[in-house]
Amino acid sequence: MKEARKLGAVQIGFSGGEPLVRKDCVELIGTANDLGFYCNLITSALPLTEKKIEECKEAGIKHIQISFQGSDKKTNAKFGGTDSFEHKLAMTKAVIDHEIPLGLNFVLHRQNIHQVTDFLMMAENLGAEFVELANTQYYAWALHNRDKLLPSQQQLVEAENATNRFRDQHKGNMNAIFVAPDYYEKRPKKCSAGWGTTFITVTPEGDVLPCQSAKIITGLEFPNVKNDSLNNIWEKSDLFNRFRGTSWMTEPCKSCPEKEQDLGGCRCQAFMLTGDAYATDPICDKSPQHDIIEKAIESAQTDKEESQPLYFRNTQNSKKLAVMEENS
Amino acid sequence: MIDFDTNKFHVNPNYRLQFEEAQQCHVLLYPEGLVKLSDTAVEILTRCQKPIHKLTLIEDLQRDYPDAETLASDVSEFLEHAAKESWLVIAED
Repeated sequence: MKEARKLGAVQIGFSGGEPLVRKDCVELIGTANDLGFYCNLITSALPLTEKKIEECKEAGIKHIQISFQGSDKKTNAKFGGTDSFEHKLAMTKAVIDHEIPLGLNFVLHRQNIHQVTDFLMMAENLGAEFVELANTQYYAWALHNRDKLLPSQQQLVEAENATNRFRDQHKGNMNAIFVAPDYYEKRPKKCSAGWGTTFITVTPEGDVLPCQSAKIITGLEFPNVKNDSLNNIWEKSDLFNRFRGTSWMTEPCKSCPEKEQDLGGCRCQAFMLTGDAYATDPICDKSPQHDIIEKAIESAQTDKEESQPLYFRNTQNSKKLAVMEENS
Repeated sequence: MIDFDTNKFHVNPNYRLQFEEAQQCHVLLYPEGLVKLSDTAVEILTRCQKPIHKLTLIEDLQRDYPDAETLASDVSEFLEHAAKESWLVIAED
């Protein structure tokens, strides 16, 4: 953290998994705060208690983000995998009562996107100031469940309209933003604001990543803070320079007049969908592999059977998936 | 919203105003973002770390910058902007 401050980092996010699983999380927040970081905690709220919130506040936390998977007990339990709705509500209220800025994050997909208005009502009743209605992006486990999670165009339009209607009718202090899944965009998003431009992720074991999901790209070597300084890693490591800027690009990105705007999109997404981390992000309609996205979208327009089970993240499924990936 | 004719105000306690060595400038930090402050903004906001009234603030600034002719109106304009951005909040008694 000291090295990151020297590099000029001002914001720190304690994230996971679940950051509060670490017993020293509050101590880390305290140290970060003393170093001059603006401290953000991104949590499921499951390990939160009134006491823990007080300790976090005392340590200097400035912002807490809590995520919900449904606007009611049943939906939240179904997609969150835990019966945690009431606890999340109580902890959200407690964070607000302790006057810690709070962001609520609603994780949207085709099976709960119709709850947008309920979500917003709930957030307003709780007294939240900032709400993010964030559609699932299709990485990792969401990708394995994409066909069951990607909303149809109509669902998206309805949800955005519902958000706008809510904004018009409730002129309060609450700021709500709607983040559409990038599958419906014509151009990709920059890879975490640009690979090696803004963000630096350090995992609990000390590995340093340009974005939280970079480990899914095979063939990359991840530097570690135990062996090298953060400054060296940021400036000189092969990893951070690999996809920095535009010189690594292949066609159609290389000669594209828009290449500076999206920097070729997300490297993880390119790798996941095409098997090549140097490929144009297939979200872009100039990508020769854009048909992957078109097919997924086409499939999302038809009604799905409710009975199709989701493939949840748990130990059993993780092992199965590891075997499947090894065999392929 | 702050009523600058009556309310005392101060920098939002949930924000962080500080000098950054690496960037060589003052910044105001807020959830997931920051704003780099101009020298003028720093002069004003550093005086708002404790509860202050608009008239006191202007007097204070005018004393340090006697030649600034449009100071009162410039400060008023900045305060309105700062309140809208939640950089400043009403000081509770």
